Amino acid sequence: MAINTIIDEFKQVAANPKKQLLAYKAQGKKAIGVLPYYAPEELVYAADMVPFGIWGTNDKTISLAKEYCATFYCTIAQLALEMLLDGTMDELSGIITPVICDTLRPMSQNFRVAMDKKMAVIFLAHPQNRFDAAGKQFCIDQYTNVKKELEKISGKEITVDALANAIKVYNASRKARREFVKLANEHCDVITPTIRSAVLKASWFMLKDEYTKKLVELNKELAAMPVAKWNGVKVVVSGIIYDSPALLKALEDNHVAIAADDVAHETRAFRIDAPEGVDPMTALADQFANIDNDVLLYDAESAKNNRGDFVAKLCKDSGAQGLILFMQQFCDPEEMEYPYLKKALDKAGIPHIKIGVDQQMRDFGQAATAIQAFTESL
Amino acid sequence: MAKASPGVQALRDVVEKVYAEAREAKKRGEPVGWSSSKFPCELAEAFGLHVVYPENQAAGIAANRDGELMCQAAEDLGYDNDICGYARISLAFAAGKRSANKFDPKTGEYIIDPNSGKPLKDADGKKVIDPATGKPKKDPKTMKPYSYLEDLNEIAALPDGVEKERRTAALKHYRQMIMPMPDFVLCCNNICNCMTKWYENIARMHNIPLIMIDVPYNKTDNVEESNVKYIRSQFDHAIEQLEKISGRKFDEKKFEKACENANRTAKAWLKVCDYLQYKPSPYSGFDLFNHMADVVTARGRVDAAEAFELLATELEEHVKNNTNTLPFPEKYRIMFEGIPCWPKLPQLFKPLKANGLNITAVVYAPAFGFVYNGLDEMVRAYCKAPNSVCLEKGVSWREGICKENKVDGLLIHYNRSCKPWSGYMPEMSRRLSKELGVPAAGFDGDQADPRNFNAAQYETRVQGLVEAMETNASAKGK
Ligand code: SF4
Ligand code: SF4
Repeated sequence: MAINTIIDEFKQVAANPKKQLLAYKAQGKKAIGVLPYYAPEELVYAADMVPFGIWGTNDKTISLAKEYCATFYCTIAQLALEMLLDGTMDELSGIITPVICDTLRPMSQNFRVAMDKKMAVIFLAHPQNRFDAAGKQFCIDQYTNVKKELEKISGKEITVDALANAIKVYNASRKARREFVKLANEHCDVITPTIRSAVLKASWFMLKDEYTKKLVELNKELAAMPVAKWNGVKVVVSGIIYDSPALLKALEDNHVAIAADDVAHETRAFRIDAPEGVDPMTALADQFANIDNDVLLYDAESAKNNRGDFVAKLCKDSGAQGLILFMQQFCDPEEMEYPYLKKALDKAGIPHIKIGVDQQMRDFGQAATAIQAFTESL
Repeated sequence: MAKASPGVQALRDVVEKVYAEAREAKKRGEPVGWSSSKFPCELAEAFGLHVVYPENQAAGIAANRDGELMCQAAEDLGYDNDICGYARISLAFAAGKRSANKFDPKTGEYIIDPNSGKPLKDADGKKVIDPATGKPKKDPKTMKPYSYLEDLNEIAALPDGVEKERRTAALKHYRQMIMPMPDFVLCCNNICNCMTKWYENIARMHNIPLIMIDVPYNKTDNVEESNVKYIRSQFDHAIEQLEKISGRKFDEKKFEKACENANRTAKAWLKVCDYLQYKPSPYSGFDLFNHMADVVTARGRVDAAEAFELLATELEEHVKNNTNTLPFPEKYRIMFEGIPCWPKLPQLFKPLKANGLNITAVVYAPAFGFVYNGLDEMVRAYCKAPNSVCLEKGVSWREGICKENKVDGLLIHYNRSCKPWSGYMPEMSRRLSKELGVPAAGFDGDQADPRNFNAAQYETRVQGLVEAMETNASAKGK
């Protein structure tokens, strides 16, 4: 298939999640909304349902959610609630609500109360002390709860084989996405920030086997192309999410290519695979335990600046000249880790800027100016 | 201020002692820890380790009017102003930032802030009016210098001499400002996850060990066995880490003693809180905000238990004699939701006093009433923090105290600092108001950053609450 055809398909999906949801519905499939962060989508897939990512939206403003939420919360959580309240997500049969930050904790209660009559709301608390046997066991217990709730919705048991298969499918998908991220760097003339974002975003709204098949094809096409001669700048992007078309355009207008990312909606979500060939529930707990260098997760080597150093190394390894941090307003986990990220970047001699964003922002004039000034300084 | 009763004084002394003993321990070269308020203090007590509490410290710094200065200092270090004010104050402090009294660098004399101080009173206790301005005169004895932000690292780098001496002398000396720096940190995220990264930041700044007890958010009313096992195992790990830090073995006896004290303190605390059920109440629930310092910093100590018990006997006397320590006659009884705005206590108090609103319910009562028997129950107790329980549990806690303490209305603080606390407050407020049949009013504020509090809005909301309570009372034919 021509490269542009594949890209267009991803773009369509990324821009139209609702259409995607309706299409799955029409096939007779049930869909489960998956809120951030780190919910084991594999369980949903193994239950023969469609995991459907909910990361807020760039197209709505907060209105109904005000009933439940004061203003000083991130738009990601508030707009997720908005979409659940205003009917956008009515086709879902349930949602999974992780509680890993201080916004998602109480929001899990709002989701449950607000969706009481509409759909199942499945609670999930991850362990922060996730490394040893007790932490992993707690993770397995939590995942087992999720599994049971999913089985109630689907009406059938999630077998060990189905879950082992789901893990394979997901590992393949994660691998393909990591591969894509590398290729996108090498071929940044073709894979613009907009395209890169669309390709990765589409993964949240597609069954992973379908998605991976297309992505592997795209990767193959890219690999066959000559490496780009890039005259613009290359950066690493960090933050929770940066998928607003206007923001992506601002990057392109300033000839910014994405060398790699430390973004929750992108690479942070597929950096670590689950082991295969072991008990699949244990494998999922192992996978979560192995995720690290993340603003949301406890770092057992607290006295070191592991995450900062990790991101600085990512910049070096990917050949980026600098880093752009898109800071979600009211996101205290990201905000809390900023000073030490800055420290690590400064130490490594990597310039960076921090740009405040939220999903109700429509005017990116200021952001564009900041990006321009930054690129000129590189 | 009226003279404190022996019980109240004893409670103040205990907190003073916790800080003083930690300072002395530090001087002797013993390790001193910083702990989150609901970390199981019994564990550190078992090793005889001295521990202080940054949340209590931040509240004190805010109440001493240094909240904004320290918050701003944290922001200058790169910590966003959306972050909890306690965390910002603490991080600035951990980085060596301090509040100091402003002086003239040429003369070394302090520069007095004309707006500070209390009104001057004449022999009859009346305010003295300045004929020139028509405003009350200030008592010069109570006036204070302006504050400025100082940096301990800068002072340390100065050569010996006048400047170094003056800048050192200008550092403020109230106990929260001279809290010793940490040698280890004890983090328990049962109250919030902000804690986790806040304490990691401190561990990095000081290159010290962090002991983490993760208490996952709880979706149901009861604590499941799975949670208990997970947390128990973390207790065991924490004990190993504390053995290394203290260089001592876990002392079972000391641990049991600490547990016994903690239980005794909790019971006495609950008893004190319970006196708010009397009508009129023998004291103002506003006082509980101050006594909280003891449950936070000293609940594992016998003197805290004794001080609360002493206060309880005093309250018992008041009830018997039909007396009270209320600063104003009680007209309505309200629940105050959340942490108070420490930098704005007088402003917070003013319309309550003007309208005769006595606080007779605060959620801290049940939230710190950890009564348990044995380790597993102790684990369960530590799962019950205001921010780690589900909505239904939160409602039932409040409903319980509001009913017992006969509340006429709810005053809800939407605390900008505390996301986990405020996150389901609209629904909480609706449910509670409906269940109890009493009105609720919300206002925007912040526990530590005065910039997020608007006195005019607050007064309007309190007024609205008063009117709604009046309507409610006449409808009920009172
Ligand atoms: S991590 Fe940040 S952006 Fe994500 S839900 Fe929590 S506060 Fe919002
Ligand atoms: S519980 Fe709330 S106020 Fe307390 S430290 Fe956490 S975020 Fe701050």
